[in-house]
Amino acid sequence: MVSEASQQPLAARTGYRPSVTGIVGLSLVLLLVAWLGVNFYKTPSDFIQIFLIGFTVGALYALIALGYTLVYGILELINFAHGDVFMLGSMMAVTVVGTSLFNLHQGQAWYVLWPLVIVALLICMAFCGGLNVTVELIAYRRLRHAPRLAPLITAIGASFILQNVGLAWKGPNYVQTASVLPTGTVFSTHGVEYTWEKLIVLIVTTPVLLLLVWLVQRTRQGKAMRAVAQDKDAAAMMGINVNRTISFTFLIAGALAGVAGLLYALYAGSVRFDQGFQLGLIAFTAAVFGGIGNLPGAVLGAVLIGLIQAFNEGLTWHAPGSDWTQSIVFGLLILILVFRPEGLLGERTPEGG
Amino acid sequence: MARVARSDIDAAGLQSRGLRMGIGAVLLLIAVAAEHGFGSLDISTFYFLAVLAIIYVPPWEDVPVVGRYARATIAIVIAFTYPFFWDKLFTVPIFGEFPSVSTGVVMLVFIMMAVGLNIVVGYAGLLDLGYVAFYAIGAYVAAWFASVQFPHANVHFGAVGVAHNLPGFHISIWLLLIAAGFLTAGVGVIIGLPTLRLRGDYLAIVTLGFGEILPQIARNSDNFFGTGFNLTNGPNGITPIDSPGFFGVNYLTGSGTFWTSERLFYWTGLLLLLFTIFCSVRLRDSRLGRAWIAIREDETAAAAMGVPLMRTKTWAYASGAFFGGIAGAYYASFKSATFPGDFFFNISVFILCMVILGGMGNIWGVIFGGAFLAYLDQEGLADSGAWMHTHLHILSGDTVPKYEFGIFGVILLVTMLFRPEGLIPSTRRAAEFHEGGEFAEEYLYDVQHEGN
Repeated sequence: MVSEASQQPLAARTGYRPSVTGIVGLSLVLLLVAWLGVNFYKTPSDFIQIFLIGFTVGALYALIALGYTLVYGILELINFAHGDVFMLGSMMAVTVVGTSLFNLHQGQAWYVLWPLVIVALLICMAFCGGLNVTVELIAYRRLRHAPRLAPLITAIGASFILQNVGLAWKGPNYVQTASVLPTGTVFSTHGVEYTWEKLIVLIVTTPVLLLLVWLVQRTRQGKAMRAVAQDKDAAAMMGINVNRTISFTFLIAGALAGVAGLLYALYAGSVRFDQGFQLGLIAFTAAVFGGIGNLPGAVLGAVLIGLIQAFNEGLTWHAPGSDWTQSIVFGLLILILVFRPEGLLGERTPEGG
Repeated sequence: MARVARSDIDAAGLQSRGLRMGIGAVLLLIAVAAEHGFGSLDISTFYFLAVLAIIYVPPWEDVPVVGRYARATIAIVIAFTYPFFWDKLFTVPIFGEFPSVSTGVVMLVFIMMAVGLNIVVGYAGLLDLGYVAFYAIGAYVAAWFASVQFPHANVHFGAVGVAHNLPGFHISIWLLLIAAGFLTAGVGVIIGLPTLRLRGDYLAIVTLGFGEILPQIARNSDNFFGTGFNLTNGPNGITPIDSPGFFGVNYLTGSGTFWTSERLFYWTGLLLLLFTIFCSVRLRDSRLGRAWIAIREDETAAAAMGVPLMRTKTWAYASGAFFGGIAGAYYASFKSATFPGDFFFNISVFILCMVILGGMGNIWGVIFGGAFLAYLDQEGLADSGAWMHTHLHILSGDTVPKYEFGIFGVILLVTMLFRPEGLIPSTRRAAEFHEGGEFAEEYLYDVQHEGN
């Protein structure tokens, strides 16, 4: 079926946009800035505090969003099950951290804590990576040449299956994890407190992101990924094992979800079987926001979404509040898809780099 | 085209008379065994299988003039008389008794929604993951205008069996069904206009977004955008909702032992479903329907042939939404309540699952898929779970219903992997899924993609 042949109007392709859209968009952005400004003026320390929270959550979203964007970049498939892979990762984290073997608890010495956290991280990464590869093998590989809606439907099926695996594993209620990360403040000034747990999320996330960029742009495997993303058949002719490369991409995406799962479990403190759907959609929105298939775009989009969510839930002056977070995120998603489907960071390149 | 449409019922490939005779013989054999009191089998098994054989085995389509309608007529007669004999039917192994009449009402409503979604997904090939939004709008239309939700108003029009001094809007449900249909179709157009130019999977996500936003608005609108206006009564939902009625008979109370509440709802639901099926079939064979199928098969070629893409797709959306709205309003009136919690993403996938399991684009398949899954949801899973618990001593009684959506996930996955055209496929759709094989689609697409 070639029905997917791009239906973008001429305007989108030539970069010209009708001015009405531009004006509406610009005034919306100005309103947003004004709203933020007033909030900052009224409660500066709260504002900074919320900003820091949003940034931390955004870093977490970035890890999930990258999984969507990597897979979309290579298969042009929205991997619906990705959010649930992340959910199972966080459940794995809860399980690992909670085992008596680890015996992690608050106030442990750093030389005990860190190696154990890193071991837990590796376990989660391996678990989620393997899971994601399995999902690809079962649900998507057979449908490489099927009409494009077919793998999307199997993705939804896989998502529901994984969600029920989580339900069977940990039951229908929130599962608490011991708070392991140190909660002391890194610095405290003018009523703004920056706590260690927030910093640790960044300390873990940043090297992972740098590693990913290095992997995609500097290694042979990364080159193969970009080649397959561009043209599967040409890549196959050049001697690239397409299926293995796609599996590798799913492995990487899953590993990122595993990192996110562990950090989320430790940072948020509780996990539940249906969190994957929710956070997965938020992260997907982030990926689309930044420009799907674009790695820096996913990070940028995720941080922005994290900030939007935090400001919406935390600010006091005319903020819609957490009841509306979902609607705001989805509203944003719809607006982006309708007005700028290529996302913030410009052109839609199929290769992730 | 018309020829394909007519032979849809036989599309499963069981066209050869010999095979059909064989199946009929097996059915009869079981039936005779049943008649001889084989084990615990009931005499009703015999009737059941005999009717199946009568529908299935004779080459009805070869009978001139009336042959076309024979199978459908038999099916409709059975459906209408179902309330009289359902409790006398035999017990199915594992699943237990046949669905009760009130389960039948729910099944009819969900089949209606599945037939509506089939217009969007099956005919036009647009994946709609937010169909529950239309259901929600229909349900809230019924809830607003046939309940005490707005106590300051006191508007009565055609409502049967409602006290005249009861505050709130009390409009006749019949009018509300029509209004819900048209309003929902309008919303479908509003959602469709900006989004339908998106490519397939993006469209799916946008519809999913709408499907999540609307219930959230419903959940938060007990204080409508901070104005203090109670629009939806928030998470507590709106209840009770008036029942339909005519000639002074209210559906909630019924009249006598014959016109019981359940039967009235059942027969009305069946009429609505027949109306939906009729419209769906007529639409499919119309100029518009052929345009939908053309778009589904090859959008570019359809556009080149002069099919207006946007208008045609929007019509598909509006038609699908129309039936979703009617079904939602009727269901709300039947349940006499509507809650925001009824409109989760799960329900969209549930309805999608019906369409896919049965066979996208084939009306018989969708009816079967809808009936089967709605039955599973209402009774089947609980019954089979209980059976496994007592007979196999595995799982506790409520395990199977708990993993309902996992089971639906498996159904989606397995159907798409091994039989993407569904259990009862339409010939055309099956051909689409199996055409091309290794190349054709990929290459053509990539060339155009690079061209951008």
